[in-house]
Amino acid sequence: MKAIVYVTLKNGVLDPQGKAIEHALDGLGFDGVGEVRQGKVIELELDTDDQDAARAQVGDMCEKLLANTVIEDYSIDFAD
Amino acid sequence: MKAGVIVFPGSNREVDMVDALTQSMGAAPELIWHRETELPDLDLIVLPGGFSYGDYLRSGAMAARSPVMKEVVRKAADGVAVLGVCNGFQMLTEAGLLPGALMRNRSLKFICRNVHLKIDGDNKIFSGKYSAGQVINFPVAHHDGNYFADDETLDQLEGEGQVGFRYCDTDGQSSDTINPNGSARHIAGIFNKRGNVLGMMPHPENHVEALHGCTDGRALFDGLVEALS
Repeated sequence: MKAIVYVTLKNGVLDPQGKAIEHALDGLGFDGVGEVRQGKVIELELDTDDQDAARAQVGDMCEKLLANTVIEDYSIDFAD
Repeated sequence: MKAGVIVFPGSNREVDMVDALTQSMGAAPELIWHRETELPDLDLIVLPGGFSYGDYLRSGAMAARSPVMKEVVRKAADGVAVLGVCNGFQMLTEAGLLPGALMRNRSLKFICRNVHLKIDGDNKIFSGKYSAGQVINFPVAHHDGNYFADDETLDQLEGEGQVGFRYCDTDGQSSDTINPNGSARHIAGIFNKRGNVLGMMPHPENHVEALHGCTDGRALFDGLVEALS
């Protein structure tokens, strides 16, 4: 199965890239856009169908490498 | 003093670092490849600047998981001095040897210019040859130098004298205008609690010779030789 990891900056951490996107959208005339936050998506092909085991394993990967938990949060989704 | 400079794929300041250390030590430090799993007997380990692993994932993130870093973490716990400059500072935070993280510069631009820094704290290993409050000049060259930590961590760093260098003007005054990258509390470099690990974004190794136009970095390396010999 495929695991999809979303890594985003924590609330309260200033996101200068998100801010720049927000300003650029405004410059292009898109109204009504509030705060923009930029993150990352990481897809992992896993050699298992056991979602619970995979969640634990990918969580461990996030803690050790995929996210920097000082500044980032992560969430994990699965796809077939 | 016995010193080693660790080289990662994408490091590019190791030669400048070797030159600066050689000038102060009178002998060349050892260059050590990041795949090594054992380190020789060293008094100083240096993680140089550059773009290790092309800054993939996060600056310093891949290098911090290199085989050699387990040894660096172990040696640091034994009290060996560790200096990380620029990408080396990013590695030290990623490896958990220093608190906080280095984020994209506030301006989103790569910054390459000289900056003024005020010597903060009273560290005998790294800043023994400077006086507290002294204003010095080092170059910066980075895209991710915006130091971030939560307020509690920042208070602790300041309270324990762990802030080593702050961005300032020629009079030693720090402000948002003078801060080049948006770093929290104008922080340019920090020590660990024990004071044997220093991470800093500016490059002391690039202000050590008359030809550099400034020799303010020389005292850092001379001070290391004096403290660790």
